[in-house]
Amino acid sequence: MTIRSIDPDPRIRQITTGAAALGLTGVTNIEVADLVHLDGDLSESDCQRLHSLLVDPLLQRGTWDIPTGRAVEIGLLAGVTDTDADAVLRAAQTLRIEVDHASTGLRVEFSDDLDEATMRTVIARLLVNPIIEFWSDGTIEPTRPADADESTTATIVVIRGLDDDGLAALGVERALYLDPEEMRVIRDHFEALGRDPTDVEIETLAQTWSEHCAHKTFQAVVHATEPGSSEPTERRPLMRQLRECTEEIDASFVRSAFVGNAGVIEFAKGTSLALKAETHNHPSAVEPFGGANTGVGGVIRDVLGIAHKPIAITNILCFGPTDLPLSELPDGSLHPRRVQEGVINGVADYGNKIGLPTVAGAILYDPAYTTNPLVFAGCIGTATTRPIHDGPHAGDRVIVLGGATGRDGIRGATFSSATMDATTGEVAGASVQIGDPIVEKLLIDVLTGAEDMYSGITDCGAGGLSSAVGEMAEGVGADVDLALVPRKYPGLEPWEVWLSEAQERMVVSVPPRGVSALAQRCEKVGVGWSDIGSFTGDGILIVRNDGEKVAEIDTKFLHDGRPQRHMNATMPNPERSNATTRTVDDPAATLLALLRHPNIASKAGTIHRYDHEILGSTVVRPLVGAASDGPADGVVLAEPMQQHGIAIGIGVNPWHGLHDPEAMAFGAVDEAVRNVVAVGADPDKIALLDNFSWGDPRRESTLGDLVAAVDGCCAAAFTYNAPFVSGKDSLNNEYVGADGERHAVPPTLVITAVGHVPDADRVVTPDLLTPGNVLLLIGTTETEFAGSHLDLIYGEPDDPGVAPAPDPDAVAHYRHLHAAMQAGLIVSCHDISEGGLAVALAEMCIGGRLGASISTLPHDDHATALFSESMGRLIVEVEERSVPAFKRIMDDDVVQIGEVSESGLLSMPQVEPIAVSDLVDAFNTFATPGEPLVSSEEQS
Amino acid sequence: MSRVPAIVITGPGTNRDHDVAAALQLAGADVRIVLASELVKSPRHLDGARLAVVAGGFSYADSLGAGRMLALDLTLGLGDRLHNFVGDGRPLLGICNGFQVLSRTSLLPGSLGHNAQGNFDCRWVVLDRVTKSNSIWTKGIEDPIHCPIAHGEGRYVHPDPDSLEAAGQVALRYRSTNPNGSVSDIAGVSDPSGMVLGLMPHPENHIVRRQHPHHHRGGGGAAHLGLRIFEAGVAHAKQA
Repeated sequence: MTIRSIDPDPRIRQITTGAAALGLTGVTNIEVADLVHLDGDLSESDCQRLHSLLVDPLLQRGTWDIPTGRAVEIGLLAGVTDTDADAVLRAAQTLRIEVDHASTGLRVEFSDDLDEATMRTVIARLLVNPIIEFWSDGTIEPTRPADADESTTATIVVIRGLDDDGLAALGVERALYLDPEEMRVIRDHFEALGRDPTDVEIETLAQTWSEHCAHKTFQAVVHATEPGSSEPTERRPLMRQLRECTEEIDASFVRSAFVGNAGVIEFAKGTSLALKAETHNHPSAVEPFGGANTGVGGVIRDVLGIAHKPIAITNILCFGPTDLPLSELPDGSLHPRRVQEGVINGVADYGNKIGLPTVAGAILYDPAYTTNPLVFAGCIGTATTRPIHDGPHAGDRVIVLGGATGRDGIRGATFSSATMDATTGEVAGASVQIGDPIVEKLLIDVLTGAEDMYSGITDCGAGGLSSAVGEMAEGVGADVDLALVPRKYPGLEPWEVWLSEAQERMVVSVPPRGVSALAQRCEKVGVGWSDIGSFTGDGILIVRNDGEKVAEIDTKFLHDGRPQRHMNATMPNPERSNATTRTVDDPAATLLALLRHPNIASKAGTIHRYDHEILGSTVVRPLVGAASDGPADGVVLAEPMQQHGIAIGIGVNPWHGLHDPEAMAFGAVDEAVRNVVAVGADPDKIALLDNFSWGDPRRESTLGDLVAAVDGCCAAAFTYNAPFVSGKDSLNNEYVGADGERHAVPPTLVITAVGHVPDADRVVTPDLLTPGNVLLLIGTTETEFAGSHLDLIYGEPDDPGVAPAPDPDAVAHYRHLHAAMQAGLIVSCHDISEGGLAVALAEMCIGGRLGASISTLPHDDHATALFSESMGRLIVEVEERSVPAFKRIMDDDVVQIGEVSESGLLSMPQVEPIAVSDLVDAFNTFATPGEPLVSSEEQS
Repeated sequence: MSRVPAIVITGPGTNRDHDVAAALQLAGADVRIVLASELVKSPRHLDGARLAVVAGGFSYADSLGAGRMLALDLTLGLGDRLHNFVGDGRPLLGICNGFQVLSRTSLLPGSLGHNAQGNFDCRWVVLDRVTKSNSIWTKGIEDPIHCPIAHGEGRYVHPDPDSLEAAGQVALRYRSTNPNGSVSDIAGVSDPSGMVLGLMPHPENHIVRRQHPHHHRGGGGAAHLGLRIFEAGVAHAKQA
């Protein structure tokens, strides 16, 4: 059946605007139609009933006739989940119509006068992703599952006796991505056992020992060479450094840090919070929608995997310039525009459907993200405080909950650990996961309130069951049979079942007597479950395929057998003393250009595509103010009937990191902390998450930058007394171009701060409120332009000077500010970050639709005063009568800079006054995604 | 006075059921959340309720069109019971996906298509009560209701909105901004009896003043709470 919309189908505009953005002309007369292919012996009346099921007469027209004309049809490859087709089958069953097989597709019709080459480009660039879809001119023949041979078995992989070359060849053949030393240890292990491993065993080891799962770089001993020294010094592993930092801070609210799936804290007695942020970079580069979609799904499962109910999602996205000319697009890469569209749709689809508010976030653009887009997704969960699960225990059953297992997402963990090149999209095909948020919603429904039914829980993420069962079995051992794992289709080999990263699955350990209660719960909600074996107590992981043993691995070797890496780092030598300022000829025009810069400009077009209202807890939204279009610093969530809440803030600035990774990391922590304090969080109750997306750490300078950034993180955590509770690193974000050159992402550290808001009725936002109120500046302004947004607009001078340095007084300032907020003295408050004081003031004016009259600047150098990005600074609005009280609380350490005005103008010394309406227009330049985001002039 | 027994009807993928339950609770109801499949198995849950709400979300992942699969469950599974429920003078409300579900049963007129701007959209809107509305759910409400929308398929379509309005079945309109291209700015419609209301916006997400985006700027206020709709429904159920 072909189904068309009566009113213009919104997908047509997506295609035409997408084509226009790619510089393609003449793509105007396009039609789209949905296809439903049905197999079965259908009577006339069956067809009529199916017609009225599938077609809404007020919205659509449907026909059983085969369409003709110039068109392409697109379908899903065999094995890719087709949820609509599943629904057709289910509905047909309800209507008692016998349908043997169903599949769905999309038909796109082109006008006859469109030239062939343009049509091909539209198909390749905008319509089809060959990793999950196939297409054909005219009409397609739907895919049907192949009748594959069910009898599959494990094969033996010869590793004994291989020399280094042989081991390397094996590594390439099986895409293991292991170090030579690791391969030798595996060979020696099996030589000692007197047998060769099965494919299941070798793949299990490769997943468990992958950079993605084992964080080998963060666990490595680092030999760091400081600038000016020739002798390296040995440092403790970065992971241990972060952990020890948290232990030393010893915050009373931390319940669990760097253990299990997420960090756990307890701000308010009796309620614990789980915090986690993840990256899903490589998958999003290859299949943006699916990659981002399952990135969100995965981090939600991390929170479920520590027995908390998810309550909010965050996301930070990094893309290449969306107006990149096609001629400059590297081979094998998707256009940034398509990546952006797919990623945002992927985040929105998962978050909106699963029913969680997608709140805090950021979007950054840089040419270096073209080949390596970054997708950071975070999740926060809540639970009534209870002891953290201490299982599994010997004798417990191994229960898999959720969806069935298919060939999707195989070797995702090793794929994520590799560098990409032009062929990555093809070879990584099977690594792409497919999300189904409704199945995960049902998992939440099953698991919320079931915390006493299981002894241990973890999610199936990277590495699939091999990683989930393998981790849970550490020290305990398990005996599982893959034949008991529900499949999407036949023909999967044992190692594929074991490694599949099919989404929406959790593993729980359940005492035998508790299985039926959990099963009942699953059946009521409609969640699949299977009992695949037991935890044994002997420390051995045994995997069977229909009884036959296909793997037998000592979990001690699996988890502790990997040789510790030793890595060399060359520490950066950042400029710290020689500050250089900038000449700005027309500060008013510069301010407007900054507001139009895609990093600073409004993200409203994206924010409104995320449901940020569901659950009713969102008190401070990402957009605030008189017209609800001003940027907020952090968001605040508080349950409708509760006084207290939490604030979430993000800190990220890769451009500072290009100049001084250590100061950048300190600044990212400072910004995240400042963002939550600015909306009302208590500066003494803040927990942090770190997410590093870096280049290849085997390059010594890249590792040096990473080490410096960890140093900056720890220094900041100590300074602000804010412990890290969880973190994740994604390394090897590099792309080898056709020229053989490596292109790495800039050092991208995302810090998420979660702070306790004692009184959700007293939140503060950046929008100006009342003319006549006084504006004051907290913090010190220095000449710190390296990595600034001013340089992103006008280009960097030969001598960029210094990046923003830590402010030793910041923590005292934040505590005083919080006291002033609790006393009700602060009317509005905004942090100063990208673009400096001028941008911050403009944003406050935009939020309040009010002018500001600035009489005093905080620095003699005009460019420094307006555009330097020194950290630790905030602007506050205070009623005139409250100024003395505020100054007392601040120990007089504030500068009165001006006042809120009714004039409708932002006026600053030596700057042409700017109408607030012009600020609004500049800021809202890109409010709708789908329009070009960066002009080429701005990029140069 | 005793609390009104109410149910919130859900399907796999419904996600604002707890928000609705909180609103009903605050409005004076005693709330139970029930899966449609449970309701089909034991219809006594429906019989025991004085008021029912089909909550929003993505039941069955919007497969084959928003609300279609859950509507199928309710029409084939419950038969005439839902009609009888309404016929007995018991209020029924469908919000967002719940509205989409009810519009695909024969309980509410019209259909809901993709938003005219093409995307899922989440933002606050202002709703005016249509003065000659027959709806018991907006009875006594004078001031506009403020609450968010969060949907991708909320464009109300009806071949003859004028006659619908003449029949008193247009209950709520978007004020100033029509976010999705709905015909005649219609945000909510009722059945001929006024007992059933379907609306796209989410009054359940504005039940305390703090939830209003302009609360700390002195905006919003008690009269504009979405809670008023639930209170009207509960008040009717109480006296009926």
